[in-house]
Amino acid sequence: MLDIFDILGPVMVGPSSSHTAGAVRIGRMARTLLGGAPVKADIGLYGSFAETGRGHGTDRALVAGVLGMRPDDLRIPQSFELAKEEGLDFYIHPIQLREAHPNTVVLKLRRADGNELMLQAASVGGGRIRVDKLNGVEVQFTGDLNTLVVQHQDVAGKVADETRELSNAGINIATMSLWRDRRGGDALIVIETDQKVSEAVRQKILDLPDVKRLTYYEKEED
Amino acid sequence: MALDSMQEIFEKMQEGQKPFWKVVQDTDVEERQVSPEASFEKMRMTWKAMLETVDTYRGDLRSLSGLVGGDGQRMAEFAASGKALAGDYLSQVITLALCTAESNACMRKIVAAPTAGACGVLPAVLIPLYRQEVPEEEIVQGLYVAAGIGAVIAYRACIAGASGGCQAEIGSASAMAAGTLTAIRGGSAEQIGHATAMALKNLMGLVCDPVAGLVEVPCVKRNVVGAVNAASCADMALAGIESRIPVDQVIDCMGDVGHRMPEEFRETALGGLAATPMGQMVKQQMEERK
Repeated sequence: MLDIFDILGPVMVGPSSSHTAGAVRIGRMARTLLGGAPVKADIGLYGSFAETGRGHGTDRALVAGVLGMRPDDLRIPQSFELAKEEGLDFYIHPIQLREAHPNTVVLKLRRADGNELMLQAASVGGGRIRVDKLNGVEVQFTGDLNTLVVQHQDVAGKVADETRELSNAGINIATMSLWRDRRGGDALIVIETDQKVSEAVRQKILDLPDVKRLTYYEKEED
Repeated sequence: MALDSMQEIFEKMQEGQKPFWKVVQDTDVEERQVSPEASFEKMRMTWKAMLETVDTYRGDLRSLSGLVGGDGQRMAEFAASGKALAGDYLSQVITLALCTAESNACMRKIVAAPTAGACGVLPAVLIPLYRQEVPEEEIVQGLYVAAGIGAVIAYRACIAGASGGCQAEIGSASAMAAGTLTAIRGGSAEQIGHATAMALKNLMGLVCDPVAGLVEVPCVKRNVVGAVNAASCADMALAGIESRIPVDQVIDCMGDVGHRMPEEFRETALGGLAATPMGQMVKQQMEERK
């Protein structure tokens, strides 16, 4: 069932839970998964986000999220100006996608050190979001739980190695999904956990052979 | 443990000899694995956020389209002049519904209840009671009642305009508010059910037809109708007037009406007021500004 604070909540800057609050969350999710402040953001809007996004402040909300703001931050309407101050160069434009949720955005972020992230996500109602694509791989997670995203070489035993580290740390896995682009290529594992995953545990996973990249999104505490 | 029907909540009230709000709080404690105190504190912060919205309301704010703003102030001034038809309580209800819903349209901070578009209904009926010295604790308990009713509606029907039209947003908010008012005024479980059912019935069939797709016209003023409807349904229930159709059946029916509603009337901005010549003109102006 829905959390009762999804019924009375979120506490948010208006005007629309899907077009504003959800958009902030997507932006913030992308920034977190990038693992640092982006200097460049390419923001592609699809469907209703492109159609009525401006009137709902979707554009400003996405930039606010990319700057690290939460949905109840009163500075959301001024995010364009704040982006300039913080040295974030952004470009917003409509895009065409096939078979995507009507409230979809494709974000491409780049950090000063060249690290990049591509994320496709949808705002699915009531401020809740769903990530549909990460760095070219189809995924599905919501950020309602602590989320660990590990990219590794598609070789036998990787999943067992990674989940063993979680098990050793007493972390319960709520859901887990595995994707790969091709056999032996890049594989992506998305693990949603009930407990927080500490920096030390994350480092242990990252130190495993064939693990290329690890990103972590900690559930919003409000 | 989930809240699947109003009947189930009533039975739990009976079994545990608990008030409505406590049954809902127990569910939250179970679901999120938090203490009752932590749950209550979070709900209290939700209430504080509702108060903050009206305390920081500014009549000079305008929405992104420029269509919305200043009406809360207009209504407050008219009420203060003593010329309003509505008495003190209802005048405040109308004013506060406008202030909160306008704040939402102007990108201020609000509490979605159950949605951002319907954020004005619940605070509008509760804040005047709080000002009349109903203690904060009782108001916060009332918010649990609202959340419980909303959870049942979300489970059995829907609470999004895109799913079920405005009846699912303002209608649900109004039903939540009616049940809450009835509980705060000491109504029985049955009376809470009747108030909820009547409020939802009265707004059944209401379409979601936002001009240019924005949460502005007619959304802001529909918060007023939702709030005033809630007050009248609570009073009817407390007077002993009953809904002839049981509350869970009314909720199911609202969901059914919503699913059968043509797409044009479910937040697509293709029908209703959005399709009027004026509605179309506004849309065109917004597109030119893109």
